[in-house]
Amino acid sequence: MTPSMTLSEKIIARAAGKDSVKPGEIVTCTVDLAMMHDSSGPRRAGKMLDQLGVAPWDTSKIVIVTDHYVNDPDPGSIETQEITRQWVAEKRIEHFYPEQGICHVVLPEKGHLKPGMFCVGADSHSTTGGAFGAFMIGVGATEMTGVLATGEIWVRVPETLRVSVSGTLSDGVAAKDVILKLCGDIGIMGANYMVVEYGGAAVSAMSVDERMTLTNMAAELGAKTGIIAADGTTAEMLAAAGAGDVDIKAWQGDEDAAVARTIDIDASALGPQVAAPTSPENAADVAEHAGMPLGQAYIGACTGAKLEDLRMAARVVRGRKKAANTRFFVAPASILIHEAAAGDGTLKILEDAGATILPTGCGGCIGLGPARLDEEMTGISTTNRNFVGRAGPESSKLYLASAYTVAAAAVTGEITDPRELLAGGGGK
Amino acid sequence: MSAEKEPIEGRAWVFGDNIDTDQLAPVSSYMNKEPEEGCKMCLQAIDPDFAAGVRRGDVFVAGNNLGIGSSREQAPQYLKMLGIRAVLAKSFARIFYRNTLNYGLPALVCAEAGRINPGDEVRVDPLAGTVENLTTGETLEAEPLPEHLLTMIADGGLLKHLEKKLARGS
Repeated sequence: MTPSMTLSEKIIARAAGKDSVKPGEIVTCTVDLAMMHDSSGPRRAGKMLDQLGVAPWDTSKIVIVTDHYVNDPDPGSIETQEITRQWVAEKRIEHFYPEQGICHVVLPEKGHLKPGMFCVGADSHSTTGGAFGAFMIGVGATEMTGVLATGEIWVRVPETLRVSVSGTLSDGVAAKDVILKLCGDIGIMGANYMVVEYGGAAVSAMSVDERMTLTNMAAELGAKTGIIAADGTTAEMLAAAGAGDVDIKAWQGDEDAAVARTIDIDASALGPQVAAPTSPENAADVAEHAGMPLGQAYIGACTGAKLEDLRMAARVVRGRKKAANTRFFVAPASILIHEAAAGDGTLKILEDAGATILPTGCGGCIGLGPARLDEEMTGISTTNRNFVGRAGPESSKLYLASAYTVAAAAVTGEITDPRELLAGGGGK
Repeated sequence: MSAEKEPIEGRAWVFGDNIDTDQLAPVSSYMNKEPEEGCKMCLQAIDPDFAAGVRRGDVFVAGNNLGIGSSREQAPQYLKMLGIRAVLAKSFARIFYRNTLNYGLPALVCAEAGRINPGDEVRVDPLAGTVENLTTGETLEAEPLPEHLLTMIADGGLLKHLEKKLARGS
């Protein structure tokens, strides 16, 4: 009989062609999907593959999304887009999404992820794909070149850190607060090399958008990846994305599978969190930083500009105006999200409050475009990293928070508990 | 034939915990810049003397979680270009660890890395997993790298290694 395994172990075993695997074992896996963007992709991995003189192993399993150097008149950015387009055409890559949104969001939107898949992405936040019950890890460009050449990669089977979120999130509290709390509690290497498996009543109750925030920021726990077993909510989203033929039952972990560590979080007791400069692990209750004046509030990135994030922000700012001295930018995580938010009135509410809607892309999260922080500026954003120099010059400072909290800051011009604004009108 | 299977001797550059890849390779270091230029910005936020001061053969020493953050490969690329020949850390962030090895630079987990001081002369043996501090006379233990990874490093990294393998296969 096959021993009990976690979901991640089952996927790795399948991809390695084995009946079972256990943590610590090094196995070679067949890759079901390889995702690259314009920064790591054709201009780096593609170039190296060309140097090797081999063709991509399977053009139907490669997805390329441009999101880093987009909407940018800079000559280097234009050249990068050109290199990307040429390489895609030359290699006949079947799935290419130029300037459609941020790769981690576009990938599932276009129906490329399904439960049980073993995927690699040439970006550290490729962990996001775990929200769909897939095992997806981030790699560097050279590693990706190896995958493109061979369709395989060696991995060490990770130990599992199980995070069980019980109870119900209060109004004004979101998945971002759960993950920031976790960063604060266990630190940015608290899950080093492990897979973080999220579950519990509060996770089951979450939308796919919210679950993606949890798996996205598994990267900020130092994890190899994050994963959430698929359920009815996942199936519904996947069907809408055109990936209807999924086998949810086959891709569940065994309940009695051994895990290295379990952490319980009570969602009902959790309040909004804010991570102070210069690390996500500097997370604390919003009250600890309340009143900190801010030059910018940014709702953007794969982490924090999905449709549900935009809706959270709209609930807070509805009928209000942004603070006079605080810049307020919103960059939807994809074109489809932008369209949906335009369609349901969300963007209008944000614009009426004084938000500038930016084109989709990584932008402000990596210090590019109009939302780049100025010298000495302190900002707050829904992004995932606030390292020195990440979102602007080295003299700038960044706080991380949920879309609720960032929107509240946009209105008051300082760090604010969003529940104060939600309670005082604005409401649903 | 492989220099990297032989011990490496050089001066130590010592850093703390959680040195992230935004510090090692800021986005501005590779926007419209060749790596030869960009590498001069490596770690400028925390040690402006590092990039200009590194000599070929030096050894990079860090605390826990070295290389956390973005998967950008410029991080190990810059270290190698600047002349770093081995990287020691109490622990590594996983993508940076693989990227460093893939770039042909030995990365060794050394729990006792904290016993090395800036400027100490160290001798690193990746195969044996030992780090001799020639300045203090201490020998520290590191986790040895498996033979197959040393072969890849000796070939000059994953790319050169694949080139060799593909040439053999055809």
